[in-house]
Amino acid sequence: MPTLIKLADGRFSAAEDVFTDIADEDAIPAAGAVILSLTRFQAEGDALVGAGRTVGVRVQPDEAVEDLAYDLPRLALVAVVFPKYRDGRAYTSATLLRQRLGYGGEVRAVGDVLREQAGFMVRCGMDAFAPADGATAEDWAAAAGRFRHVYQRAVDARPPVFEERG
Amino acid sequence: MYRYDAIDREFVADRAAEFRGQVARRLAGELTEDQFKPLRLMNGLYLQLHAYMLRVAIPYGSMDSRQLRRLAHIARTYDKGYGHFTTRQNLQLNWIKLGDTPDILDQLAEVDLHAIQTSGNCIRNVTADPYAGATAEEIDDPRVWSEVIRQWSTLHPEFSFLPRKFKFAVTASAKDRTAARVHDIGLVLRRSRDGALGFEVIVGGGQGRTPYVGPTIREHLPVGSLLSYLQAILRVYNRHGRRDNIYKARIKILVAALGKEEFARQVEEEWSKIDSAPADLPDTELARIRGAFTPLAFDSLPARSETFEAAKAASPALARFARNNVKPHKKPGYAIVEISLKAHHATPGDASAEQMETVADLAERYSLDDVRATHEQNLVLPHVKLDDLPAVHGALEAAGLATPNIGLISDIIACPGLDYCALANARAIPIAQAIAQRFEDADRAELIGELKIKISGCINACGHHHVGNIGILGVDKKGEEFYQLSLGGSGQEDASLAQILGPGMSADKVPDAIEALVDTYLSARTGQERFLDTVRRLGMAPFKEAVYADAH
Repeated sequence: MPTLIKLADGRFSAAEDVFTDIADEDAIPAAGAVILSLTRFQAEGDALVGAGRTVGVRVQPDEAVEDLAYDLPRLALVAVVFPKYRDGRAYTSATLLRQRLGYGGEVRAVGDVLREQAGFMVRCGMDAFAPADGATAEDWAAAAGRFRHVYQRAVDARPPVFEERG
Repeated sequence: MYRYDAIDREFVADRAAEFRGQVARRLAGELTEDQFKPLRLMNGLYLQLHAYMLRVAIPYGSMDSRQLRRLAHIARTYDKGYGHFTTRQNLQLNWIKLGDTPDILDQLAEVDLHAIQTSGNCIRNVTADPYAGATAEEIDDPRVWSEVIRQWSTLHPEFSFLPRKFKFAVTASAKDRTAARVHDIGLVLRRSRDGALGFEVIVGGGQGRTPYVGPTIREHLPVGSLLSYLQAILRVYNRHGRRDNIYKARIKILVAALGKEEFARQVEEEWSKIDSAPADLPDTELARIRGAFTPLAFDSLPARSETFEAAKAASPALARFARNNVKPHKKPGYAIVEISLKAHHATPGDASAEQMETVADLAERYSLDDVRATHEQNLVLPHVKLDDLPAVHGALEAAGLATPNIGLISDIIACPGLDYCALANARAIPIAQAIAQRFEDADRAELIGELKIKISGCINACGHHHVGNIGILGVDKKGEEFYQLSLGGSGQEDASLAQILGPGMSADKVPDAIEALVDTYLSARTGQERFLDTVRRLGMAPFKEAVYADAH
């Protein structure tokens, strides 16, 4: 079972991943929670959700999260993919999911997910992390909390320096 | 200058502590070079030809004497006793040991300096007018807006992994000393007809292998909307900029591919969806930042200094320095003094630890504790009393810093080139030195007047050859260094890209070619025409003929 780190109420903890990540060429198992690609979800999602299944969607960096706007209330999670740590599009995807589309479910960082990105990910509204570098929840908490101050408003509730100063 | 408060200091200290941990993990073998590379690059640490190079951010080129002395101390203690001021107003230390870098960052943090975002695909240190707060030309202080951008962009959660690096320039003067039109975003402060302060927003300029003069996508953005509008631009770029090819990843490629109108439309559409209240800076914070720039205590002085006039009459050297390196100040009795880092035998932009200390002392004593670095790789004492100019000039002369060549033919921008850089194809520094020595005669240099030569050792164009009045590009031709000349570029308000003159030549032919270009200009110019104006009027033909005549 791959390690997952979840953020809830300001605390990071190890969590069991109850979802099965389904590649496009693989069959969907008869039971259990699944994560599908956006295209697969658009083709088969209605039937699965209608059957009471728990479904999440995997969004690649070149896919627009806006395409999920009307489906978000039915989704258990949105996984934003980092094909490489350097590919920063998922930060925008997560930000838009939270700020513009009002999504309140899990936003999970998957792919090339390293502890050095923890602070950025948390600030963009991601609340579940599948680290690729073996980081523990403690590592993640330390990395995400490394800076006592932040200079700008983001998705998280941290007050920017200009509010601290106020 | 902007005074850090406890929060700004804690932020920089946290960053230094983070990097100390990362270096320890690297030295202990817990991180491979591949894993460490992105971490060190986020702290301005490059691995160059011979050693690590550390690029220290000098926010919008502004320092006090304490900071400059600390840079001198670091250069002396951890490097070979000198540093290199870059075209983006930063300081590069060329001979750094990895194990020393945490201590260096701590030493920088003690004086409110750092290397945050001096490399990596993030928003880099902002370039601003080095005459900010001193020139009568400006309609507002560009440092205030540069500081707003510095804070907003520091570890920005959404925009720290862009397709490619991202550079801002901010100016508030009609005369552009920042090369705003060849930056990713150039912001030019302007007043509208009704007097409201706004930015002309220029996006998608740049140099490198695909140079562009950036188009204006908005003529007048109200200043209070700056951050929400920048967020819209950066978001469009972060989502749609190319990531498949490092050479096509800058925003200029996206703007050119979409066209200015379509790019602007996408930005406006995104901007209309952004909730401006949380995105823009509250007026109270803007006022706080403005107030955190120490108000300067200028004396009330007569516009003319008899002391200075008498000293000039007695000293031709001072008179020449005054003609070329001393610029008008907004306050009567004061002047802006440019310190050339282009002595004729020196490396453009280099300053020794002793020279930095001399400049720091002069800044503290004579310039309200203010020093600037310029994008043309010189230093500025922005607030010197005319009465003090003879003393300042004398001290600069003693330190080898009084070269009277600002804006003249030997005030050359050059990248570090093959002497240091892992990317270079050819050396740039010796070419600059050879040209400077050829035109060492100061009377002749003044007769020639404004002439900007810019030299890059490879196509990445760090030496700005695309916007040189004369640009020189080093190329590798079957293992030999060759140099390609171009003419007619400008990085200023009248920005244009230089055009290639003709076939490349070997290094020893370059000074003769420059001589031929200058002679052609001198015999063809009319009135007050600058070299650039003559090139624009006559076109390339007579210059090409002069340089390549022997080849017929």
